Amino acid sequence: MVEFALPKNSKITGGKTWPKPAGATETREFRVYRWNPDDGKNPSVDTYHIDTSECGPMVLDGLIWIKNHIDPTLTFRRSCREGVCGSCAMNIDGQNTLACTKSMHDVKDGAVKVNPLPHQPVVKDLVPDLTNFYAQYASIEPWLKTTTPTPQKEWKQSHEDREKLDGLYECILCACCSTSCPSYWWNSDRFLGPAALLQATRWVTDSRDEATGERLDNLEDPFRLYRCHTIMNCAKACPKGLNPSEAIAELKLKLVERQI
Amino acid sequence: MNAPKSPSMRTPLARVRALGSSHSGTSDFWRQRLTAVAMTLLIVPVIVVVLMLLGSNQAGAKQIFSSVPIAIIMLLFILASAWHMKIGMQVVIEDYVHNEKIKLASVMANNFFCIAVALASIYAILKMSSGV
Repeated sequence: MVEFALPKNSKITGGKTWPKPAGATETREFRVYRWNPDDGKNPSVDTYHIDTSECGPMVLDGLIWIKNHIDPTLTFRRSCREGVCGSCAMNIDGQNTLACTKSMHDVKDGAVKVNPLPHQPVVKDLVPDLTNFYAQYASIEPWLKTTTPTPQKEWKQSHEDREKLDGLYECILCACCSTSCPSYWWNSDRFLGPAALLQATRWVTDSRDEATGERLDNLEDPFRLYRCHTIMNCAKACPKGLNPSEAIAELKLKLVERQI
Repeated sequence: MNAPKSPSMRTPLARVRALGSSHSGTSDFWRQRLTAVAMTLLIVPVIVVVLMLLGSNQAGAKQIFSSVPIAIIMLLFILASAWHMKIGMQVVIEDYVHNEKIKLASVMANNFFCIAVALASIYAILKMSSGV
């Protein structure tokens, strides 16, 4: 059955409150999820205070400040710090988003609460294990599939057909959408989730691809595709402003279209 | 106590591909929408029939159901709603019940229940309609 309570070893207990930085006039409180696989303890939420006069405006700046000035053991992924790589996806103030594009000033009430992406195994602190998520992406075979011999130059596409890929190709695979989806929480072993399905739509829509029918065959399944109940948490969470829910509806329409 | 399960050695991609696609689900998706639209269209005449039935005795009800259009509207509504109920409940079971045996039993029970409700209702409407 579906689990509504956290397993015993995932329940959050206590947490350390680190002293405020000495001499700081302006501080901001951060409450950050901590879990270390090596110490055998349950997860906790540590409280930090960052010196905002020394720190950039984004939540990622705050986390980097904590790592540099207070606690070097705090673990999180980050790379581009400009919303392109998707590495720093986490749950901030109850919403999945990218720490690098989320301003700490947009978190209105009190402390900035930072947790790992929901319902994924945690590797350490804010780092989720996305192995299954990446395997699901690989399963939709995200590359151009053709039978016609490769042309001398490029595969051609009209401007109109190229425009159909707008809103689909921009996905950075940060997993904010999939891990915000209740259907994905309950059935991530069989439901491909909004991110993989958005990418599936991207390849089904591509006018140059010659495997559209096979792609739809591969998706037509009560669990792989039809676990999507258009809850739309995915569209709300997407830090790139994409709408996976709409993309999934496109897939369903195409499947109906080829049947009726 | 059971021996602890050894971790799966299957690759993540093999686990995701699992038994492959069932190539089904679109029919149920389509029928769920079809029955939803049918119920939306039928709900107003059904409410009118129910209001007409208020306060009438069995003889009065039989007279109302003896009208062919009314009997057909009620039959269509029962068919659409029982079908919709069956698909909707199956979706809920598939969402939340993960034990394969319990899931199969639940889906079976759901089918039996919906068919029983539909047949009982159809029988009642036909009986009233035929004036028996």
